Amino acid sequence: MDNKQEQMSIVIVGHVDHGKSTVIGRLLADTNSLPEGKLEQVRRNCERNAKPFEYAFLLDALKDEQSQGITIDTARCFFKTAKRHYIIIDAPGHIEFLKNMITGASRAEAALLVIDAKEGVQENSRRHGFMLSLLGIEKVVILINKMDLVNYSHEHFEKVKAEYSSFLEQIKVKPLAFVPISAREGDNLVSSSAQMPWYQGLDVLSLIDGLEKEKDRHEQPFRMPVQDIYKFTEDNDDRRIVAGTVETGSISVGDPVVFLPSFKKSVIKSIEGFNEPVKSSVGAGYATGFTLETQIYIKPGEIMCRDDQPLPAVNSTFRANLFWLGRHPMIVGKKYKMKMTTQRATVYLKKIGHVLDAAELTYDSQKSIIERHDVAECILQTVKPIAYDLSRDIAATGRFVIIDNYEIVGGGIITESLNDDNFINEHVTLREIAWEKSDITPELRAARFRQRPKFVVLSGANEELGTKLAKALEERLFQNGYNVYYLSIQNLLSGLDSEYQVSDDREENIRHLGELARLFTDAGLIFLTNISGLDQYEIDILKSLNQPNEILVVDLDSQFELNDVLNNETDQINLFLEQIQKLLHDQEILLDYYI
Amino acid sequence: MNQLEKLESQSIYILREAYREFKNLCMLWSIGKDSTVLLWLARKAFFGHVPFPLVHIDTAYKIPEMIAYRDQLAREWNLKMIYGQNVTALSKKQTFPDGKTDRINCCRQLKSEALKHTLSGEWTRFRLDHSQGKYLPEESGEPYTGVIVGVRADEEGSRSKERYFSPRDQQSEWDIGDQPPEFWNQYKTDFAPGTHIRIHPLLDWTELNIWEYILKENIPIISLYFDRGDGTRYRSLGCAPCTKPIESTAKNVAEIIEELRSGKLANVAERSGREQDKEDGGTLETLRRDGYM
Repeated sequence: MDNKQEQMSIVIVGHVDHGKSTVIGRLLADTNSLPEGKLEQVRRNCERNAKPFEYAFLLDALKDEQSQGITIDTARCFFKTAKRHYIIIDAPGHIEFLKNMITGASRAEAALLVIDAKEGVQENSRRHGFMLSLLGIEKVVILINKMDLVNYSHEHFEKVKAEYSSFLEQIKVKPLAFVPISAREGDNLVSSSAQMPWYQGLDVLSLIDGLEKEKDRHEQPFRMPVQDIYKFTEDNDDRRIVAGTVETGSISVGDPVVFLPSFKKSVIKSIEGFNEPVKSSVGAGYATGFTLETQIYIKPGEIMCRDDQPLPAVNSTFRANLFWLGRHPMIVGKKYKMKMTTQRATVYLKKIGHVLDAAELTYDSQKSIIERHDVAECILQTVKPIAYDLSRDIAATGRFVIIDNYEIVGGGIITESLNDDNFINEHVTLREIAWEKSDITPELRAARFRQRPKFVVLSGANEELGTKLAKALEERLFQNGYNVYYLSIQNLLSGLDSEYQVSDDREENIRHLGELARLFTDAGLIFLTNISGLDQYEIDILKSLNQPNEILVVDLDSQFELNDVLNNETDQINLFLEQIQKLLHDQEILLDYYI
Repeated sequence: MNQLEKLESQSIYILREAYREFKNLCMLWSIGKDSTVLLWLARKAFFGHVPFPLVHIDTAYKIPEMIAYRDQLAREWNLKMIYGQNVTALSKKQTFPDGKTDRINCCRQLKSEALKHTLSGEWTRFRLDHSQGKYLPEESGEPYTGVIVGVRADEEGSRSKERYFSPRDQQSEWDIGDQPPEFWNQYKTDFAPGTHIRIHPLLDWTELNIWEYILKENIPIISLYFDRGDGTRYRSLGCAPCTKPIESTAKNVAEIIEELRSGKLANVAERSGREQDKEDGGTLETLRRDGYM
C-alpha cells in the first residue's frame, strides 16, 4: 500500500509575471515528473508557433490561458521526491483572479511566494502574503526569482529580502526562508547554484522536503459539525444516523454530547460505517456517523461537542477579519447568507472597524462599504444565534463565507465574541408603544367570545401528523362554539411570504408568523398553527412577537405518544383533543362559566 | 490518517454536501473504475445506501460486458438505475462507426447531447424496474440540478482546473474564465434557476489512488481492466470502436498498481488508448466546454 508515502499540497503565489509557472514547470521537468513525451510535445508546439520554449508552457494546458498569457485559474499538478508526493497548486497572480488564488491557496499546507528580483515587491506580493496569513497557512517560503536578470547580485537579493521582510513583520508572518533562484536557468531549485556561492541555504526542493506535516488536530476539544441526519427507512434501515466529518478531537461510544446552538444533549450509542470494522472511537479528519442513546430533534448545521469539554460560543454578534470578492460592495444593513462549517445563517454587516488597503498597507477607518479585494475588520450579526469558536482556538469552526446572489463573495475568520443586543425585543417595545389600541378592551372581547385569546403552536418532528392534529383541534373547538383559526404555514409561504421572496427563509417566516399572531390574538381569536422542529430560540421569538398576548407551545414529541396516534387514529386523536382542551380550560383560555 | 483515508473522507464530505443541498441530484456512472469507486464512496457516505439515481449514457457502442456488469451491480446493490440515449442519431445512423461523421462529432452526438437532454429531462429516461427486471421508458422527468461526476484533476489539462462544485449555465456550458471560489470546505451550492452544478468528489484522486482504494476496499471492478490471457487489457473504458486495449499482462488489481507505480505505465498518459482525444488537439477541452465529462 501507499500508506508510507506521504503527500503534501503546496501553493505557488505571487505577483503576475514573477515566474510562478516557470518555477512549477522546472520542478516538474527536473524531478522527471512529466508524462513521457510531454516535454517534446510542448517544444514541438513552440516550434510550430515560432515562439521560444518556456517551462511555463508545460502548465498551460488550456487554450484560454495561452491566448491571454496569464494563469487564470488554479491548476494542479503532481511531482514526487524520494521523500513524498507533492500536489503543486498554481495560483494566478493577476488581481482579477484573487478568488482563484484563494481557492488554490486554501487547499495548500505550505506556500511558495515568488518575487521578481528585478521588479521587486509588487501589490500582489503583499496582498498574497496577507491572504496566506488570513487563510491560516503558516509555512511560507519566499523565492526571489529571476536572479539571472540582476547578475546574481547578493546585494540586490538582500535589498528585496529586507523590503519584503519588513512588510511581513507588520502582518506578523514569519517566513521559513528566502531563497535566491532563477527558475528559467534552474538555479537553486533542485540543487545548489554555482552562480550564487554567497547563498549558504538549502535549495527549494530540499527546503520543501524538510517541511514538517501539520500536527493532527486530535488534541483539541471535539467538534463535529452535523452535516445531515439520515434515516433510510424505505430501504428497511431503522438507524437514525447523525452524519458529519470530525474537525477536531476524538470521541468514543458512551461519551455525553451536546449539540449547539440548540443545547440538546444525548450520549453516543454507536459509531456507524459501511464496509469497515466496528469502531468504538473516532477522531479528527474522519467522515463518520453516530447513533444516539435518546431520540432528540437536531438539525443539520449544529455542532456536536463533548459535554465534558470546553464548548464553542453561542451568540449572534462577533468581530471578524473579512476579505471581499464580490462585484458589489458589502454594505451595512443588507441581508447576506453565511455558511460556517455546515451551519447556514442570515447575517448583517453591523459595523466596519477599518478597511486595509493591501496594496499600500494603509488602514482606512472612514470607509462605509467593503469593496472588492478589500480586507476589513468588522462586526457581523446573525439573525439567530450560531455556534462558533474563535479562529485562533479552533480554525475550522472559527471561519465562514458570505453568499450573495448565489455566489460566495467573501470569507472571514472570527476574532472576538461580542455582546448581543436583542433587536427583536427592541422592535417589540417600539411596536407596542406605537400600537393603536382598540376601544373594545380584551375583556369585552373575552366576554363576547367566551374565550381569552391564545396563540397555540403545535410542534413535533412529524409535520404530517402535526397538521392532522391541528386541523382536528380547529374543528373540535369550532364545533364547541369557540372562535378559532388555523393558519397552515403553507398558506403563509404561498401568500404573504411569496411576495417578499422569502418562502425558503425559515427565520423570516417565523418572524412574519409572530407578527400575524399578534394581530389575530388582538382580534380575540385562538390562533392555531403547526411548525415542525421548532427550537427554543424560535419559540422565544414567537413568544416575544406575540406579546402582550399569550402563547402555548405543544411539544408533540415529548407530551404525546405520537406514533400511536398514527396507528390507531380516531381514538388517539380524540385523546389528544381532550388533553389539549383540558389544558386550555386549566389555563382559563376556554371560559366555560360564560355559557 | 493515511492518504487514502484523507481522500475518502473528503469525497464523502462532498457527497453528503451534495445530497443535502440538491433536491434533484443524480450521479453519472460510466461503468469505468473511477465512477465505480465514486458509487462505492456513495455507499460509504450513506451507510450502505445510494439515495439518488445513477445515470448512464448508453451510446449503444459500449463494450457489451459493460452493460452486463452495470445491470448486475444495479440489481445486487438495489440501485435507482437510469440510462439515456440519443435515439434519433442512432436511428439515423449519424455515427462514426456508420461512417457518417468524425469521432469528435460522434462523441458530441452520442455522449454530450444525450447527456445534456437526459439531465434536462427533455429526452426519455429509461429506468430499471427491479420487480420486472427491465428498463422502462420514463417521459417528462424533472431536470437534475446537481450532477455528481467522477472526473479527476490528474487526467488531463482541462480537468486540472475544475472545481469540486462547478456551475454549468443554461446551455450546459462551462465558463472556465469565471469559476466560483472554493475554500474552507465551502462550495457553490446556491444556484440560479435553469443552471446546474457538476459535483466532482474525486478531483484530488490520482489513477494510482483509485486502484489502491479498489484493492483496499475490495470493490468489484469490471474484468475488462485485466489481462484475460491475450496480453492486453483496457486502461480506460469507452465505446468499442474508439477505445483500444493496451499491451499489459496485469491480471489483477495488485499487478495494475505495480505497473502504474514503477512498471511500464509509470510515465504513459492514461487516456493514450482514447482516439477522440487525439483529434481534439490532445485535450478534451472542446468537448468538455460543450458538456462532455
